[in-house]
Amino acid sequence: MNWKAFFAMLARDAHVARRNFVALLFQTFLQPLMFVFIFGRVMVGSGYMPPSYKSLLLPGIMAICMVGTGIWAVAMPLIAEFQFTREIEDRLLAPMEISWLAIEKVVAGTLQALAAGFMVIPAAWLLLRPGVDLNVPHPLLFAVVAVLVALFSATGGLALGCSMQQTHIGLMFSLVVAPMIFFGCTYYPWSALEKFPILQKAVLVNPLVYASEGLRATMIPQFPHLPLTAVVVGLVFFNALLLATGLRSFHGKSVS
Amino acid sequence: MVAGIRTLNLRKVYTSAPPVAAGTGGFSFGAPKPKAKGKQPKPEIVALDGISLDILPGEIFCLLGPNGAGKSTTVGVLTTRVRPTSGQAFIGEHDVWQSQVTVKRLIGVVAQRPNLDFSLTAREILIFHGAYFGLSSQERAKRAEALLERFKLTDRADQMVRGFSGGMMQRLSIARAMMHDPQVLFLDEPSAGLDPQTRLLLWEIVREYNQSGKTILLTTHNMEEADALCKRLAIIDHGRVIALGTPQELKASVPGGYLLRLRLGVHSPDLLQRLQGLAGVREVRATDGNGADLYADRGGPLVAEVANLAAAAGVELCDVHISEPSLENLFLHHTGRSLRE
Repeated sequence: MNWKAFFAMLARDAHVARRNFVALLFQTFLQPLMFVFIFGRVMVGSGYMPPSYKSLLLPGIMAICMVGTGIWAVAMPLIAEFQFTREIEDRLLAPMEISWLAIEKVVAGTLQALAAGFMVIPAAWLLLRPGVDLNVPHPLLFAVVAVLVALFSATGGLALGCSMQQTHIGLMFSLVVAPMIFFGCTYYPWSALEKFPILQKAVLVNPLVYASEGLRATMIPQFPHLPLTAVVVGLVFFNALLLATGLRSFHGKSVS
Repeated sequence: MVAGIRTLNLRKVYTSAPPVAAGTGGFSFGAPKPKAKGKQPKPEIVALDGISLDILPGEIFCLLGPNGAGKSTTVGVLTTRVRPTSGQAFIGEHDVWQSQVTVKRLIGVVAQRPNLDFSLTAREILIFHGAYFGLSSQERAKRAEALLERFKLTDRADQMVRGFSGGMMQRLSIARAMMHDPQVLFLDEPSAGLDPQTRLLLWEIVREYNQSGKTILLTTHNMEEADALCKRLAIIDHGRVIALGTPQELKASVPGGYLLRLRLGVHSPDLLQRLQGLAGVREVRATDGNGADLYADRGGPLVAEVANLAAAAGVELCDVHISEPSLENLFLHHTGRSLRE
């Protein structure tokens, strides 16, 4: 394995992310923070939502930010670079197995998703306070879940980025990302679906459910959430599946 | 150690449109994959049909052929981007498909269409490319500066390449391919879209790089370029090598060397037979419509005799086009088609 090439590519991605930092900041945080403000602050303050909703909302918003960032960071460049600009060709010709280029993309996406996740906590907390009852009894478990969520976003980005046509980017958001967010227990806990038993079982095929519930389980364990074992098994399963699918598609795109 | 290039009976059959990033020219992207219905066979496109080449270390070798002939697919196979259906490809001693990483260290590639990293400046493109190949930061900066200077890009070095003209992008692509000082340089249609001045600069740089002992494989459909740059060349069409040798040898292999393309008022087998009898005429071929191709050892001096024969046969001579000995004539002689068709 050529680690020099691998780290050089990571440095390139970090350099590009630094250059686009302000745009990335707005793209990642503006919409979720507006949601936090309206639903967590305005609607709770006006009595339309219970005060506990503030605490329930924060892990979900963190999951949305992380997943959105990872998918965007990995999928969008891949779609453009493979199909239109062909920028990726230079890196495909670097002296390194091409699978490692895909893994580098996943690592870069994971790091960006983690950064987004950890930046949104204080921002959302500031918007929501007082009344946010954050409680992280096991920081290590929280870190493991956060890494698994970030990995899910990046592997999802890899799988989507290598299977979508450039002309279908709009469809990717309306058919994949939007339903995943709305049925991903981000704005409500999984237990809230008890009155909709079929829907409650159906949403378990959505990996974002495990991400949101995992963050709830480790950040606000006092509220109902999916068992942590189910969360970890679910996230590991989807990460492995998406990584395998993504690597296969990446190979298919790279070598004809 | 300078590496050569060898291919043994390379075949590539596509059963679906190849991905764009695979570096194969001549196909549109976004084409839906044909879906197999039952046992219906998938449509096959034979891109390479048994290409065998032996390019010597330190040689400038040219693949000449029209669009879709298989030039870019050959380059794709040799640069790890297109997996051959059968046959073998070697860079130096190394089998391209068994030692991909080693091969990638030995080669530099300039693709047919610009594929620069639009998120970086010109200098950063060179520096990051050097980093992928493990050059030290000092070496990277030094080489990048020298290449920017050589390719006349110093004044735009710290600008994003998005705003560069096609010619500047092409120059930067070539500079990038040379950044890690590869033993073998692949240039896929390098002068397409370049103005004459930049083309001459490119030729000068290619010759200079070759003089430092490097092997260069260049594809083109420009005969002038092949003639000017290559020590040897292969003319390929429909995925097959139809002629191989030095430009002089190949041009000499056309009967007579000169080609007179005639356009006649009516088709006249009798006239064609008489033309065959003219002194210096080696071969006469009827072409589509009422035309004829005359291969002869002289050009202009024959026109009067041809005109006299046509007049005697009562056939109107509408047009005569004379080509001096050229690779174009060779291609026409082998395929009956012009390179530009």
